[in-house]
Amino acid sequence: MSALLNIAARRAPAGLRRAATSATSQIRHYSSPIDLRAVVNRRFLDEQKELQSLARAFADNEFAPKMQEWDENQHFPADVLRKGAELGFGGLYTREDVGGAGLTRLDTSIIFEALSTGCTSTTAYISIHNMCAWMIDSFGSEEQRQKYLPRLTSMEQFASYCLTEPGAGSDAGGLSTTAVKKGSHYVLNGSKAFISGGGSSDVYVIMARTGGPGPKGISCFIVEKGFKGLSFGKKENKLGWNSQPTRAVIMEDCEVPAENLVGVEGQGFSIAMKGLNGGRINIGSCSLGAAQASIEAAVEHVKVRKQFNQPLAHFQNTQFKLADMATSLLSSRLMIRQAAAMLDQGHPDVASYCAMAKLHSTDECFKIIDDSLQLHGGYGYLKDYKVNVFLRDARVHRILEGTNEVMRMVTSRAMLTE
Amino acid sequence: MSNNLRILVATKRVIDYAVKIRVNAAGTAVETANVKHSMNPFDEIGTEQAIQIKEGLEKAKTGKAEVVVVSCGPAKVQETLRTALAMGADRAIHVESNDELQPLAVAKVLKAIVEKEKPDLVILGKQAIDDDSNQTGQMLAGLLNWPQATFASKVELGEKAMTVTREVDGGVETIKTALPAILTTDLRLNTPRYASLPNIMKAKKKPLAKLTVAELGVDVKPRLEILKVAEPAKRQGGKMVESVDDLVDKLKNEAKVL
Repeated sequence: MSALLNIAARRAPAGLRRAATSATSQIRHYSSPIDLRAVVNRRFLDEQKELQSLARAFADNEFAPKMQEWDENQHFPADVLRKGAELGFGGLYTREDVGGAGLTRLDTSIIFEALSTGCTSTTAYISIHNMCAWMIDSFGSEEQRQKYLPRLTSMEQFASYCLTEPGAGSDAGGLSTTAVKKGSHYVLNGSKAFISGGGSSDVYVIMARTGGPGPKGISCFIVEKGFKGLSFGKKENKLGWNSQPTRAVIMEDCEVPAENLVGVEGQGFSIAMKGLNGGRINIGSCSLGAAQASIEAAVEHVKVRKQFNQPLAHFQNTQFKLADMATSLLSSRLMIRQAAAMLDQGHPDVASYCAMAKLHSTDECFKIIDDSLQLHGGYGYLKDYKVNVFLRDARVHRILEGTNEVMRMVTSRAMLTE
Repeated sequence: MSNNLRILVATKRVIDYAVKIRVNAAGTAVETANVKHSMNPFDEIGTEQAIQIKEGLEKAKTGKAEVVVVSCGPAKVQETLRTALAMGADRAIHVESNDELQPLAVAKVLKAIVEKEKPDLVILGKQAIDDDSNQTGQMLAGLLNWPQATFASKVELGEKAMTVTREVDGGVETIKTALPAILTTDLRLNTPRYASLPNIMKAKKKPLAKLTVAELGVDVKPRLEILKVAEPAKRQGGKMVESVDDLVDKLKNEAKVL
């Protein structure tokens, strides 16, 4: 374990290590300098409630009636996504001049939670698309912003994030896709695994190695579908997340114009990790929505289902279970919102707080959904009921955007680094 | 044809349609504390219709319209007004009152607003889903002595006039009325849009004027007294019958329907 920690620590970028160091004191002293008013303030009561109410209405009307069908048929609902983009879901935290909604990460978290009550898998894809748009918005050149973002925020085109490789998952800093500069182009070689939207997306934000080994040799590129040498693997058959296709993205002498380098050479891993801090909040938010919807389904079921001549809701076991589920959801939600507020504030300890929030919320919410399925009894195991979809969709949240084991690495590193 | 219209839309904050309503402990009203509220669905349709008229005129370059939304009630009704502004209304008027407002009182308040704003068209929901009175639009038309087109399922705007398809008991009826006029909306008129996220943010900056009932000089004293509010009787459980004879006997002697 310590060897693994060392590898991870060595490969972590300097910025992350600095952040981790200062987090130590926060965790140790149980003190929080974070402005919690951002989590439970007056503004939430008004403005954010409106955002939440819009997202929940959209989820109830456009996602929820279709979720099971999309899951069953592995259907990617491009038309519904574009309808959502008309309301601003395509670029929630992208700036307004390129069609974004210009919201905060806390606003975004609240919206993703509400949307995923209708379809967790589809919302998770929206969150990935948003992360790509944010990367181009934050680190791209003005030309890149103007060229790509209007079509991404409108979801006229879809985006995918490509970091993971067949041989580099948790050890993302060890990725082996190469990018070699030849005249006005970079030539990319290698393959990316488990790419959400792979094959369906038009724009790929790809991390590839331009320099030596380790995180500092990695650069970030915008690669368009149709560039010479870019191809895709077979569509993967997955346990959940079925409303979005997953494929390998393969680069064989793939020619990428030099102007498609995002930021500067060697900045890629830093961009990737900054993206993932927010990505973890997004994925955690999707788990919150899945758990919320599962609790709502359980409450409905236990009031109607009768055994021993009374509704299940009359049994103390049911009551205590529901109370535990609600408590667990609330703790997860508070952690996610606190970490989101820290992202908005540019807090130096953001990496470890995002990691703890993601770890806690995705594990706890999965358990809540499982408990909801248990309260449904045999019906919960039937595909006619919705809980099984939430269970399968939320299961992967404990694996991706950094596994929950990596979340523990990030957190403990913050505690142990001198 | 050139049209420059001002459209006034009345909106009411009501208990959300999805909420299971309960009678309060005193049996005097429906419980409204800690219950989700939203814009009356028929008023959402009214707001949508006004915005569609405005957008239609702008698109055809045949005129312009200003959409003004109005609501009466406590401070909370501003939430409803903000929703209408986020959908696309231009400005809002909040007539503050913490008293019970019955349809006649609201019609009188609206009459005062109409006299101030001089709209060409006033759109109201055909009824609010809380008390289901279905009176305010008609009363307002009466007080103003304006023509009314109620239960609209289709509206076509012409020069200083509109053609309205109405949902009536026997089917649909098409009428033509001069403007200014009162229009009340039925369910099939349109599907209200979602307010987009940027428009929700922009709605904060749109003008919202505040008035009080006293400033308008309107007497809102209730004319009706509510004696009692009660829930409908609980549904009785069914009984299994042994035979057809048994059934006929029960229908004759117990239910007394034969």
